[in-house]
Order: sequence, then structure tokens, then C-alpha cells
Amino acid sequence: MPELCGIELEHRVINASGTFDALAARRVYGDQLLEEFPFSAFVSKTITLEPRVGNEPQRIWETPAGMINSIGLPNKGLDGFLAEDLPQLAELPVPLIVSVMATGHEGFGRMVRALDERDEAAAIELNVSCPNVHSGLIVGEQPEETMALLEALRPLTQKPLIVKLTPNVADPAAVAVAAEEGGADAVSLINTIKASAIDPLSGEPGIGVGQGGLSGPAIRPIAVGQVRAVAAAVSLPIVGMGGVASGRDAFEMLSAGATLVAVGTESFRDPKAGARIAAELSEWYPQLGPAST
Amino acid sequence: MCKVTESRASGGYRVFSLLDGEGPEPEPGQFYMLAAEAHWEQRGSRPYLPRAFSVADVDPADDGIRLDFLIEGIGPGTDRLCELEVGERVWLNGPLGNSFSEPKELSPGSAGAILVGGGIGIAPLALWRRRLSARNVPARVLLGFRDEAHSGGLDDLFRCCEVGLASDDGHVGHHGYVTDLLRAMLEGDDAATAVVYACGPPQMLDAVAALCATRGVSCELAMESPMACGYGACFGCAVPKPGGGYIRLCVDGPVVRGA
Repeated sequence: MPELCGIELEHRVINASGTFDALAARRVYGDQLLEEFPFSAFVSKTITLEPRVGNEPQRIWETPAGMINSIGLPNKGLDGFLAEDLPQLAELPVPLIVSVMATGHEGFGRMVRALDERDEAAAIELNVSCPNVHSGLIVGEQPEETMALLEALRPLTQKPLIVKLTPNVADPAAVAVAAEEGGADAVSLINTIKASAIDPLSGEPGIGVGQGGLSGPAIRPIAVGQVRAVAAAVSLPIVGMGGVASGRDAFEMLSAGATLVAVGTESFRDPKAGARIAAELSEWYPQLGPAST
Repeated sequence: MCKVTESRASGGYRVFSLLDGEGPEPEPGQFYMLAAEAHWEQRGSRPYLPRAFSVADVDPADDGIRLDFLIEGIGPGTDRLCELEVGERVWLNGPLGNSFSEPKELSPGSAGAILVGGGIGIAPLALWRRRLSARNVPARVLLGFRDEAHSGGLDDLFRCCEVGLASDDGHVGHHGYVTDLLRAMLEGDDAATAVVYACGPPQMLDAVAALCATRGVSCELAMESPMACGYGACFGCAVPKPGGGYIRLCVDGPVVRGA
């Protein structure tokens, strides 16, 4: 049976953070969602210490074979998440990975400590695509910042810490190595790629805040390349993602060195994409199927 | 997947019908995410994401539910849907979102409904009018169009009812905005017992909401926003909510209270 950091999973396909709201989907599709849950683990949308309303519209822009988004991490904040969402997410039939982001070690530490006390959370994903308020640097773009963050957080929990790597660096493998040395249990990649588009009718950026992150099949070759590079550099398990839309794409990601595959933008096009991709994977590549490791 | 059972011109728009074998039957105001099975993303270009469409008419039959959609080709996705031929297959996700509230829910003293549509936004009002009519709730319909090339639905979706018309270029009905007609109607004696339902461009909806607020008339607006998923996953379809913050139009709408 596939597993991630000791967490046993039914198959190798999970969701990318921020691309599937299990609670909203349950309101839309009812308890059928629980019976046919598309992923073998659920990764929450990124939680921040304080509530955020998200960015001004327009937030999404379709591109060739993909889309740009700048959503701005709307969420209820840590307290709202723990009180309202976490008990409901615990009703999902799969392990829960909670994604967190903060602007410094103290904020990250508060979130990790709070989640360490909650049995509902099986693992914690660290969204490091944010500036450190003290240095002004994007943590995930700097190996030193990434290692320092992990060293600060590692003593706070026994739960697996997964570092979500940004692709917007010259050498993602160097950041992955730093995460490993700092004590991370796994890495996940890639996050979206910085991008912009201009509305041909107005000459202005199509995204309200000017730029966002590109996702979808357009970025898949970049993701496969970065997963290969990171797999060659670290011995940590890797959650590979970036434009996976079929069992063939998932196989590509696994062959590049990923342990699990995450599906993101494809779920927008098809709510059942995760289950379909897992089924395609086991049908076309039985050696990787749910029953085998 | 659903098959296209009919596709025809309707003025400057097109109406196409799908046979949905699974259901459930949609309520007026609800929408579907649609994408053609062939030549969608496969060109390695746009269209990539499905597109959201309100249902314009529904007809339950033995072999499924016939769903009618009103389309105007304005980009790669809608152009592709306009090209659809009978027998082609369409990927469908829905019905999604909420639906129009009953007039009595919005205003206990209501004696009927006023439906105000602009452009392609007339679609959900067609289904709502039929539903109201089936329940003998009086509904008055006001529709506005930019020009002849951007108008449609009158000979089919709104065939069997009296419609007040306006057009920006004067090619049909009142030469001006549909909100001019609404203003005049709300100034009538019976307006206090009316409830307004509107769907159309943002400026039109703002004007309708402002008119209704001035007159103390309850209204519901069916809104539109760029949407990748339709079921709350992408957080792309945010629209501002009164008092700050945003709602996701797909799961908290597309029908929102106006005044």
C-alpha cells in the first residue's frame, strides 16, 4: 500500500493545496463525495494566523493549456480553522494534511504547535512561498531561510512536516536539500509559476493584482524536470504536482521520482479527476496500483 | 457526458439543447459548467476551462432531462460551443449554485414578479418565467439588448408572453436602457407589491439594485463572474459582499439579494 511518511494511503493521488475545498464540495455534492472521495489524502487550503479575505477580483485568467490565479489565501485564520473547519474535515474518509503559512518563525511555530495537539491533522505542509517579515526574503527561495525555518519547527512536533517548494528559483534542489537538512520529512513540488497576462481588450493585466501563478498542463514539463532534479538531490519522499491531468501524467511524475502525485487545476475541470487519475494509473500501470507499493 | 440534441440560431445568439440522462432537474437560476468533448484543450490552447451557463429551459423526458442553453460566441469557449452539432458530446457538471427565491419569500405582500434581463442574461429568467407561470404567479418581463446582433431568445424562450423591450440602438422597443422601462414600471401603482429578479451586465444589475433600493422593492440578481470550477474549489469567482470581504459566486450565488 502506498504511504507518505508512515501515513498509509489507498492510492497515490492526493490534491494540491488550495485546489479543492472539501467542505464546499460536500455542500454541493452531498455525502456522495465522502463515498467516492477522489483523493487518498486531503490537503487543506493554506491557513494563516489571522483571517484573510483574499485578493481583489479578477482572480483567474485562462491561458493556453492552463490558467493564472491570484486568489490571495482567503481563509478563516488559525482559530476559525481549528474551531469550525477541522472537525468537519475530520469526517473525510482520508488522512488530513494541513497547509500553513506565516511571515516568521514565531507565527509558523504557533500554527505547528496548535496542529500538533490536534489528532485530526496527520501531517503539516509548510507553504514557504511567503516573505519572512524580518529578512524580507521569500523563505522558499532561500536555502538558508528554509533550513532555519525547519530547524525552528522540527522540535515542535513529531508529525510529518512537508515543505511545499516554489519553482520560482534557479535551483529548487538546493532548497530541497536545505529542507532535508533542517529536518523536513517530505517535500512537495511544484507550486505555481509566477506569470502574468494582459487583457487584449484593455491593455491592462488580466489579473486584478497584476500577476499570479500559472498552473495546468502548460507547466507539467517544468514540474517533471524539477521533480527529477530534487529526487536526485534528496532522499525524502516527494509529492509531485504540476499539470497532472491523466494516469499517464501521474506515471510521468512518479517515474521522475515522486512518491505521490497531487492533482490541482484538473480538479477545476472535473471534480472527480483525482479518482479518475488514480484509476487510470492502476489500470495502465498495475505495478504502481493501489495494491502495490 | 451529454449529447447535443439540437442547436439553432436565436436572433444573434444560439440555443443548444443537451439531453442529461442523470439529472437532477435544475431549479431556475442554477447553472452548469460545460465543455465540448472534442476540440477543447486538445488544441493545446484555449479553451481550457469549462464555461458556466445558466439554464434557459428544461423539459423532463423519458430518456433524460432536456436542458436548453443560450449562447453568444464572444471567445474561444463560447465560439466552440456555438459550433456544436447535433450528436456531439458535451461534458457537463451541474446543476450548480442556488436558485431564485419565491416572490413571497422576498416580500410577503408580493402580488407578482418583474423579470429584468439584459443581453445573454435573459437566459435564467426564461426558465423562471415558465416556472412562475405554471404556478399562476403573474410575471412581467422587461428585456434589453445592445443591438440586433446582440439579441435573441424572443422567438423561442420568450415566445408565449408579453415582453417589454428596450435596445441601446433603438432597433427594437424603447430606444434606451431596460432600466428606463423598469423605472416607469416601478412608478406604477402596483409596484409596491412587486418583486424584481434581474440578470444581465454588471452595470445593468447595479442600476436595477439602485432603483429597487430607492423604491423599497425587494430584488434578486443573478450574477456572473469568471469561474474555473463552479463548485467552490478555485475561489476565482469572488464578488464583493456588503460589509467587506467576498463571496464565491458559484456556491454562495449565482443569485444574490439586491436591495
